[in-house]
Amino acid sequence: MTMPDEEPVWLDDAAGPVVRPYAVTGGRAKPANSFNVVALVLSTRSAPPSEVGIAPEQAKIIHLCQRPLALAEVAAHLSLPLGTVRVLLDGLIAQGFVQVNDPRQAATLPDDSVFEALINGLRQL
Amino acid sequence: MDYVNSERTGQATLPTAIKILIAGGFGVGKTTLVGSVSETKPLRTEEVLSEQGVGVDDISGVEAKSTTTVAMDFGRITISEELVLYLFGTPGQDRFWFVWDELTIGALGAVVLADTRRLADCFPSVDYFERARLPFIVAVNCFENARRYSLDEVRLALDLDPEVPVMLCDARQRQSSKDVLVALVEHVKRQGLTRRPEPVGH
Repeated sequence: MTMPDEEPVWLDDAAGPVVRPYAVTGGRAKPANSFNVVALVLSTRSAPPSEVGIAPEQAKIIHLCQRPLALAEVAAHLSLPLGTVRVLLDGLIAQGFVQVNDPRQAATLPDDSVFEALINGLRQL
Repeated sequence: MDYVNSERTGQATLPTAIKILIAGGFGVGKTTLVGSVSETKPLRTEEVLSEQGVGVDDISGVEAKSTTTVAMDFGRITISEELVLYLFGTPGQDRFWFVWDELTIGALGAVVLADTRRLADCFPSVDYFERARLPFIVAVNCFENARRYSLDEVRLALDLDPEVPVMLCDARQRQSSKDVLVALVEHVKRQGLTRRPEPVGH
């Protein structure tokens, strides 16, 4: 079995995203949120609304996040940079189409039950 | 065409997401470890960083910003419906420490992978996590043809605090990678709340 490349590749502009981030976010470059890469995103509806104008990438996020996915997973599946997905999420949250739980807000370590679940879960993999 | 009522009622309960960082020098096996224990092959995500600069061959004079893309490989382990673990390989290049700062926020802990043939390669990672006060363990990835050093020799060479666990591993082996993660989680649990991670702020 061949493993993927050992190290992240340092892409330059020439190898940048297929779609320019600005094009996807309607010109907005800066997200209002600073969601953690593991902030979980879950759609609040089973399909994108047909009656409301919504960017194709935002519709994709609603489809993708029928089960909770981390921001980084959403970005990886859409082949978009993290910052671009944060901007797209701003719009989706404003419209109430997704909910996000951001562990950035939880400053404390998990409680013992989480540690136990993690250790047992890893052992049972 | 009929509209389907696609609104869900009420707020769903989202799982808890736990993040663990996999650090170490170039080619030490970070992505190999992520891949050996994750439920899918490693995914890649990118952060685009803007920096002010003048494009030399920019003839329009409009674009005065250059961007750099930092790629991170990561994997997912679904522990249960309530708990998901994410493993993030840290980008190797030292000039993007603020990406490390961002990754460190909310992280449970870190595994520093070491290669005894190039032990110095993991100095920056060890130094970073000590300063960030993020609990970490050192896992010596056993490459073939590498001289076997004792774990005490590694500990001494890295000048580690006595409570930092050092262990051997084979990042290609799922069982070995699991053992590394369990060792880290147990270490973090022991450390308790006495050490609170914080960005180093380079």
